[in-house]
Amino acid sequence: MHEWALAESVIKTAVEYAGTEKLKKLKETGVLFGELQAIDKEIFLFALEELRKQYPAAASCKFKIIAEPAAFRCKACAHEFPLKGLKKTKDEAEFIHFIPEMAHTFMKCPKCKSPDFEIARGRGVSISYLKGDR
Amino acid sequence: MTNIDPRPSVIGARLGKVKRVIAVTGWKGGIGKSVTAATLALLLAKKGYKAGLFDLDFAGASDHLILGARGIFPKEEKGLEPPVVNGVKFMSVTFFSENKAVPLRGANISDAIIELLAITQWGELDFLVLDMPPGINDAALDIIRFVGRAEVLAVTIPSVLAHDVLARSLELYRKLKVPVLCVIENMSSGRKTAGVSAYIKTDRALENALGHPAALLKTSFARDLSRAAGRFGFPI
Repeated sequence: MHEWALAESVIKTAVEYAGTEKLKKLKETGVLFGELQAIDKEIFLFALEELRKQYPAAASCKFKIIAEPAAFRCKACAHEFPLKGLKKTKDEAEFIHFIPEMAHTFMKCPKCKSPDFEIARGRGVSISYLKGDR
Repeated sequence: MTNIDPRPSVIGARLGKVKRVIAVTGWKGGIGKSVTAATLALLLAKKGYKAGLFDLDFAGASDHLILGARGIFPKEEKGLEPPVVNGVKFMSVTFFSENKAVPLRGANISDAIIELLAITQWGELDFLVLDMPPGINDAALDIIRFVGRAEVLAVTIPSVLAHDVLARSLELYRKLKVPVLCVIENMSSGRKTAGVSAYIKTDRALENALGHPAALLKTSFARDLSRAAGRFGFPI
């Protein structure tokens, strides 16, 4: 249930945003799920449902999960590559799930084998949009 | 609007039951920052305080070696609960790196630290000791910003180079309005130095005690640190 901690950060940020923007009702929050972190959608949504009880301002907010494919750009050779095809063990995938930056420890550019690459897209959990009534 | 990072919103709550946060800093390599941080956490735990140790020196993480922490991993429970080593709740990037190099650029280090700050459930602590990244960089600035109430324990050594860098670091902490609890001179010959508030003499037995907390606590290094801690308000 590591997802619970991230779900809490999403609902708390959404509620704080609604307060800052003086929204009467928070209607929808877009949540990007970066492919690299491989967050379990079912557990995440379950956590959000539980957390709603603590955050009444998000009682009727719809959380829309949007999958974002991961993309990497090598700093050494400028090669751009996706996650698919990169080798990692089950344990390494688990470590990347907790801290996506561990990708630099366990993965490398498929072209030049450098670990010095940029995670251009699809790292982890972020909020892409918030909708509500003023 | 696009891409809000939600993680910083919960960092305050994750540290909500931590009474004091002590950031052990050092601006030169090899001056004993990590040994000081780990030994301070062990001394606090031995005295009966609820103590935590967070190794934030990703490039040179070594607190796990000092504590002799092997075969442990955080428990997944609404985040990550740090395992307890000799009475100290302990978190380190080494849990996730299989003791391999962590080749991260500055922004990546910041991102990884924010992730760990957001998901680590420290629970109730009297003291959380942070083993800070060396010097000041974006990661160190992020920690100071997100943790918000860290008090600095600065480590230096008897060298004009270390002291010059230290003077600049203290000036920066003043500008950032970060309180400095104490400046400890490690590997000291005992000669008084301006600006230093406590001394730890060179302890040749220290190296062999690394990895063995019980032995570490019996070293003259630990005794000197304990005495120094008394000066900045920790009766250990």
